[in-house]
Amino acid sequence: VTYPLVLTVDGVAYSLAVDGGRTLLAALREDVGVTGPKEGCDDSECGACMVLLDGRPVNSCSFLALQADGREVTTVQGLSDGSEPGPLQRAFVRTGGIQCGFCTPGMLVSATALLNESPNPTEDQVRLALAGNLCRCTGYGKIVEAVLIAAAELGEDRV
Amino acid sequence: VTTFVAPATVAEALPLLAAGGTAVAGGTDLVVAARSGRRALPPAVVSLHRLDELRGIERSGDGSLRIGALSTHADLERSGLVRSGWPALADAAVLVGSPATRNVGTVGGNLANASPAMELGAPLLVHQARVETSGGRRLGIEELLVGPGRTALEPGELIAHVVVPASAASAYVRLEYRRAMEIAVVGAAAALAVDEAGRIEEARVALTAVAPTCVRAPAVEAALREATAAVFGDAAELAAEAASPISDVRASDRYRRAQIAVIVRRALELAHERVCM
Repeated sequence: VTYPLVLTVDGVAYSLAVDGGRTLLAALREDVGVTGPKEGCDDSECGACMVLLDGRPVNSCSFLALQADGREVTTVQGLSDGSEPGPLQRAFVRTGGIQCGFCTPGMLVSATALLNESPNPTEDQVRLALAGNLCRCTGYGKIVEAVLIAAAELGEDRV
Repeated sequence: VTTFVAPATVAEALPLLAAGGTAVAGGTDLVVAARSGRRALPPAVVSLHRLDELRGIERSGDGSLRIGALSTHADLERSGLVRSGWPALADAAVLVGSPATRNVGTVGGNLANASPAMELGAPLLVHQARVETSGGRRLGIEELLVGPGRTALEPGELIAHVVVPASAASAYVRLEYRRAMEIAVVGAAAALAVDEAGRIEEARVALTAVAPTCVRAPAVEAALREATAAVFGDAAELAAEAASPISDVRASDRYRRAQIAVIVRRALELAHERVCM
């Protein structure tokens, strides 16, 4: 049995038919074809599947797709216009906050939600906002640094 | 899952639940358990996400806090009303999982899941909260939580609202091995009212993760009554009387028992700081 699911992904509306137990991550990757969100642990420990649901980070691997009906999903692929990386993405590259890259979509999504809400976060706020996103490469220092650099750069743009 | 239904009203949801459907709110227990392979998704999901009548956090005319069962931990954490009037609840909400967990997991789900390590249980106990169910029943938190994973809810009955009386200053503290994505090893909530001379007029203390449910610690409360902050250390030592901790992957029963007094004392001290603010 499948059920209708209407949602917006990175600004584009989709009408899907999914079964009741389908996760939002599976719907995004396999039905919509947006593969930016990753499957890591598949049970809400690692954050590689992180997406924004109406602006708030959620673990899409453990979220029932049908509960996203009528809502707006933003993946890592919706964070810039596709041709040019945004300030947050550039900062990750500059600091070496990306190594294998598997956690990066989730890190960028969680960091985006933080900066939308708190444009001038402290280091502690950055670390707490990124909680639930595991990185096995960087030791986190470069990722935290990247978010702080992006915040400073975005702050200058606003002045 | 064979069937999924998302009723628009509580009235539509109740017959679906009575017919054997399983209520799913945020899914941070049920769906995560299914993904990790611990327990399959229920065969008939009744998704509660459209029940807007169960959302919202507001102050009632009598000064009590009325929390819709679908309010998330993030809603509690962000509510100025909760932070100022019922701070133990905000302390507990912000400790849950990660921002992503708190954006999805609900107050009603946390209660219905009835984990002995649930963060909201001890704060709701010291604030003498009760739940209002879809069946019109009112149950104190101590009546609702009957065992690990077990509540007094009847089949087909939903938690609709949580009502928390206006109350004394409060705090919630836990022993944790890391700051996030953590479950309480031992936790304690305290609520205090103190007169101008510093004499304790009202004291309630509850414990997390040291008994089959979150529990009050009556011996501590008795030792605090009519006393002052000078007795916090000695009173906290009595908390272990209310505890029957288990050993598991997170801690041995002996370690939990040994830490109870420390965590209770910290909760009392934090609540007392807030009394004096």
